[in-house]
Formats: sequence, C-alpha cells, structure tokens
Amino acid sequence: MPYIKKGEVADDPYVRLGGDEPVPTDVPAIVSLEWLLAQAPQSLDSRNVPLGVALPNDKAESLLEPYLPRLSLVALDFPIYRDGRAFTQARRLREAYGFTGEIRASGDVLRDQFLFMVRSGFDAFEVRKDHDAKAFAKALREFSGFYQPSLARDGGFRFRFSPPFSTASKEGESDG
Amino acid sequence: MYVYDEFDRTFIAERAEQFRDQVARRLSGELTEDEFKPLRLMNGVYLQLHAYMLRVAIPYGTLSSTQLRKIAEVGRVYDKGYGHFTTRQNIQFNWIKLSDMPDVLESLAEAGLHAIQTSGNCIRNITTDQWAGVAPDEIEDPRFWAEVLRQWSSLHPEFTFLPRKFKIAIAATPHDRAAIKVHDIGLRLVRNDAGEVGFEVLVGGGLGRSPFLGKFLRDFVPREHLISYLEAILRTYNAHGRRDNIYKARIKILVHEIGVEKLKADVEKEWERIRDGYLKLDDAFLADIRSRFVYPEYEPLEDAPEELKRALAADARFATWHANSVARHREPGYGIVTVSLKPIGKPPGDATSGQLDALADLADTYSAGEIRVGHEQNLALPHVRQKDLYALWRKLDAAGLATPNVNLISDMITCPGLDYCSLANARSIPIATAIAERFADLDKARSVGRLHVNISGCINACGHHHVGHIGILGVEKNDREFYQITLGGKADEDARFGDLLGPAIPYDEVTDTIERIVNRYLDLRQSESELFIDTVKRLGVEPFKEALHAVH
Ligand code: HEM
Ligand code: SF4
Repeated sequence: MPYIKKGEVADDPYVRLGGDEPVPTDVPAIVSLEWLLAQAPQSLDSRNVPLGVALPNDKAESLLEPYLPRLSLVALDFPIYRDGRAFTQARRLREAYGFTGEIRASGDVLRDQFLFMVRSGFDAFEVRKDHDAKAFAKALREFSGFYQPSLARDGGFRFRFSPPFSTASKEGESDG
Repeated sequence: MYVYDEFDRTFIAERAEQFRDQVARRLSGELTEDEFKPLRLMNGVYLQLHAYMLRVAIPYGTLSSTQLRKIAEVGRVYDKGYGHFTTRQNIQFNWIKLSDMPDVLESLAEAGLHAIQTSGNCIRNITTDQWAGVAPDEIEDPRFWAEVLRQWSSLHPEFTFLPRKFKIAIAATPHDRAAIKVHDIGLRLVRNDAGEVGFEVLVGGGLGRSPFLGKFLRDFVPREHLISYLEAILRTYNAHGRRDNIYKARIKILVHEIGVEKLKADVEKEWERIRDGYLKLDDAFLADIRSRFVYPEYEPLEDAPEELKRALAADARFATWHANSVARHREPGYGIVTVSLKPIGKPPGDATSGQLDALADLADTYSAGEIRVGHEQNLALPHVRQKDLYALWRKLDAAGLATPNVNLISDMITCPGLDYCSLANARSIPIATAIAERFADLDKARSVGRLHVNISGCINACGHHHVGHIGILGVEKNDREFYQITLGGKADEDARFGDLLGPAIPYDEVTDTIERIVNRYLDLRQSESELFIDTVKRLGVEPFKEALHAVH
C-alpha cells in the first residue's frame, strides 16, 4: 500500500502492531489504543524512537491528551470511505490539542478525499490504490481557493482563501 | 441578487471540472459505482427509476432572468423540455444522461449555477423565505445569511462525510415561510433587548419515517458567532451521530436518543473553545458580502395607483387573480406576485422550458430581472410595480401561468412518487392531478379557502405530508397502492404534525374521500373565515372520520 508523506510517495518508517505484539524499542512503531492506555504516560519518556498510536474513529481524541507530548504520530481510520468521523478527530487534534506530529489517514483512503483530509489536518496517507497515490499532487490542485478557513493559524475570519496549498502544507499544515 | 465575483465563478467552474474528471474515471471503470456514488450525490446526481436525475441548487430561492434562461436551456437541450421545482429551492431534471452531466454542470456554471451539495451526506442547499428582502416585516434580508452559510458550507473540509444529510433553513419574519421547524437546524433571525441581531437556533427537526419538530437549542447566538456555533453543532453530530443504521442517522435521532440538554452541553463546551477564534465573523467580511447583494432601485410610488384600480374594476378575472396571487411588498407601490406552477391537470411544480423563458422575459420587463422559488413549489416575481400588474397578468395568463389557486386546495405539494422515484410505494402526481381536477371550479376552491394538501409517495416524506393541513401518504398493502390520510399538520411557526384519520384507503377512493373531508369541513366550520386548519384544531379529527367510513 503506497504511503504519502510531504506530498510524495515515501517509505513508511513505522511498523504497525496488532493488539498483543511486543512493542519494539529500536524502530518507530504504531501501537494500539489499548496498549497505549495501559501505559503510564511518564513510562514512555525513556523511549527514544518515535511512537505512534492508532485511534479508532469511535474513540474520543481526548483519551490521548496525557500522551500527546510523547507521541509523534496518530493514525486515524476510515473504515469505509463514507464514514467521516476521522475528519473531526484530526481537526480537534490539531486545533484543540495543538498536536503537531504526523496525522495519518488509514483505511479506505481514496483520491477524492485528499483535499478534505489535508484541510482537516492530515499530513500522511496510506492510500488504497496506486493510481490514487500517483494523483495526489493533482488532486490537491483541483481548487485554487476555498471559502472557509479550517486551521487555527489564521487570524481573522476569511472565507476566500487563495491558494490554500502553499509550501506550508508540505510541513503538515494547511490552509494558511 | 448576490453578484458572483471572480472567486465564486472560479470555484464553481473548478467544481464542474473536478466532476468531469470523476465521471470519466467512473466511465473508465477506475471508480466503482460504490466509490462514485458519494461523489455524484455531492454534485446532485441521483440514480432513479428510469435515468439519472440532476438536482440543481437555487441558493436561497433567488434567480436572475439569465439564470432562469439557462435552466430553460438545460431542460431543452439535455432533458425533455421541462424541469421540476422541489420543496427545498432546487430544480430537478429527470432525464439527463450521465455522460452529459459534466457538460450540463459546465453550462450551468457559466450562469453562476451549480449542483454542489444538493444531495449526499453533507450540508445541503441553505433555504429561506421566498419573499426575503421584500417582505414588509423582516428583521433583515435572510439571504445575506444564507449566502454566508453557502460559503461556509461549500466543500467544508470536515463536514462533507456526515452520518446523513444536513439541512439548514433561515426565517427572518414572525411568520415562517421557510419551514424551519422541520429542518436539521432552523435559524430564526431575532433582535435582542439591546437591539442587536442574532439567531434563535432550533435543532433536530425533520420529517421522514420518524418526524420530529426542531427543539430549542439557544435563544440568542450573536451574529458574529453564527459560524462557530454551527461548527460546534456539526462537530458534535459528526462525532456522535449514528452510522450503524441510515434510518437513525439524522441529527433528530441523536437529539431524541441523548436528549437536547446533553447535546446542548456538548455544543456549548465546544463553542466555548472556538467562539472567539478564527471563525468569528468580522465586520469587514460581513460588509464585503453585503456589498455584493444588489437591490433594484425602487421608484417612489404610491400604493393602489389609478391604473390598478381601473383594471380591478374592469376585469373580474384579473381581480380574482390579484386577490389570490399578489402580496404586499415592503416598498409602497410595489407587489410580490406568486406564479402558480399548479395549473389544473399538470404535475405540481413542473415548468416547461418555454414557460421558464417566458417568465425570464417577464421578470426583465416587470420585476427587475429577478425570480424567486419557494418551498411550496411555486415561483414568484418579487418586485412588480402595482401599475404594471394588469399588463403582467395578461402575459402570465397567456403563458398558462396565472392559475389563481395559490394556497387553495389545488396548490398541492407533491413528490415525484412512483412515476419517477425508485423508492416510491405509490403514485403521487396522479393523485394530485385528480384532486385538482375535482376542485377545478376555483370558485368552489375559493369558498373552501386556504387549504394545504401535501402528498408523498412513501415514508421519506419528500412531499411534506406530515405538515399538510391534509396529508396524503402512499403505502403499499398486498402489492397495491394505499394512502394514509392525516389532518391538521402545519409547517409554519406553529408547526405540528397531522393526526391520522384512520386506516389507509385504496388509490381509487382518495379523491372522493378528500372531497368528503372538505364537505365535512364546510358543514362544520363556524363561519366562512374559519380556515380548514382551524376547524380541525377546534374539533380534532374525530368528526372527520365519517368521511373515511363512508367508503367502507
Ligand atoms: C425522485 C427522486 C427523489 C428521491 C430518490 C428522494 C429520496 C429521498 C429520501 C430517501 C429522503 C429521506 C432522507 C432521510 O430522511 O434521511 C428524502 C427526503 C426529502 N426529500 Fe426527497 N427524494 C426525491 C425527490 C424529491 C423531490 C422532488 C422533492 C421535493 C418535492 C424532495 C424533497 C425532499 C425533502 C424536503 C426531504 C426531507 C424530508 C425530511 O425532512 O426528512 N425529494 N428524499
Ligand atoms: S417521498 Fe418517497 S416516493 Fe416521494 S420522492 Fe421521496 S422517496 Fe420518492
């Protein structure tokens, strides 16, 4: 499955773990929410490779609050294309909790959602189809402007953002 | 009229281009039908019984004559020469080929028209009073706010894959012509004690198989906080609305299950966090949108000019139409003309391309080039000089657009039903035409007075049967078409759902039964000024039951 980061197909540095596999201490890993919640947040301080968590879309992002400073990634799930709960989770992680690590879209991730995802705060994508991954940059250029702001970096309310995808979006920010 | 600028035009042109690419990917097989479905729905494309249907938005019910001509052209070139106006300020075309859709959208975009979010699980076309901006008693023009919300909701990054569709309506007058109590969110413009403008917010209204009236969420949201407050509601709904069962996915069910108090607590908490952030509307932004609404330059005129008085005295048919179809305008010397799309014997809400062209011309001559669409599936010419009414009437009459039956029994709201719709249990249009023909004598209809008959071909309630003074709902019994009848529903500020009259009746008996109900009312009413709905309110459905029993 192609992985997109900084706008381009890349190698995924993380291993994704199931429920009860041991968590490696030498490679970046994405753990389950259950595993994470079973750890005391401070106990993660000693870990010196990146740690991510997979948050199911029916769990509140507030559960992650004490762990967020120690997490480098949150993977959000689209069990089916039409199930848009993760858009809200991503947006709240960025805006309510100020999370600056990677927010990764996984599951039924298709080309026609890329724009919405980037604008909601996602900056990495596990894409289901190869040709969708190839079309990533093109999909982000389909509109030259949007009406509504979405990320808190902007001061006043402006509906008419022009061009939304400056180079800043490659740093995991969007909308300007 | 809101005048599009370069940004708006680019946006809808790019949207049409994007859809062209999506259709190409569907036709090449790159997209499966399952993957394509949400994309086409967000562009107003439904799959129906015979063909694809395209639903085009008429934002807040306002059209320019140029746009109306464009709609006529689409009907002529790509459909069978007509279109169908719906109850939510949209127009539907029933016979457009999928492969033509991109061209249709591109062509519509040239006139500033689009089908963005007219379907799908997203925020739908924002609707409001068809008399917005000209009604004498409004707080301010609600179209301004509908435009703010159109911009906010178009391709919203977070709220485009909601549990279910989401409908918002705005009213700005004490009398609600936008049916805000049966919307997911109903907004009423109000002024607080300090004279500031804001919104009263209702949530969780809707019809369909589980009808609910909107519940009171907040009595006053200051206008600068409108967007943040709506985002707080939508965010709560997106996170918590049910996704396991589409019949339980509307926000009305969430409200019903967790209670409005719990919803309110969640919304207020989220609102507190975001209200003073970047969603706060600043005056410069509001002024910018306001400046792009242009109003006609009204002439200083007097009410009831001589020309009008003479014509009323001389021509009884004109006088009848005038009494029925012309409403008071906020400017002296002007009137608001409702154009009935319910000629006897034709499907309610249908208009031919020829009629639309004729109306566009009449709008240019008599109504500052503007046309309105209301939720009762009629059109309106909003700025007609009273001294021109007679000349206008003669031309409307010649085009078959002057049936003086506005608000009478033949002015029915009707869904497409089994004639077009794949979800239907029963026909609606032939029921409507049969009832209209029974009351074709408009003198009789007038003696009955104001009476709203609403017809849906199935429980989805597209014809708003719950809120009809008389509601007719198609159901299926042993493979036959049956109809349930309710009495006493209302869609306005005193909205309520009708009460069931009794067991469902077969197709052949509907018209007779409706006539008996009406006759019963004529017997029961206390005076000629007691409306049908008030008689039902006073007596309940009980005394009407015999109208049903007479057939058994
Ligand atoms: C023929 C194609 C149509 C189809 C397949 C269709 C389908 C549906 C469905 C499935 C619903 C229920 C959705 C829900 O409750 O979540 C619905 C609701 C609705 N439809 Fe249609 N419809 C069609 C045409 C129309 C037309 C022509 C009108 C206007 C006359 C209309 C107006 C409405 C309205 C106002 C509602 C909302 C009722 C409510 O508040 O729940 N629809 N439609
Ligand atoms: S009420 Fe039912 S039959 Fe009528 S248009 Fe809606 S879905 Fe179709």
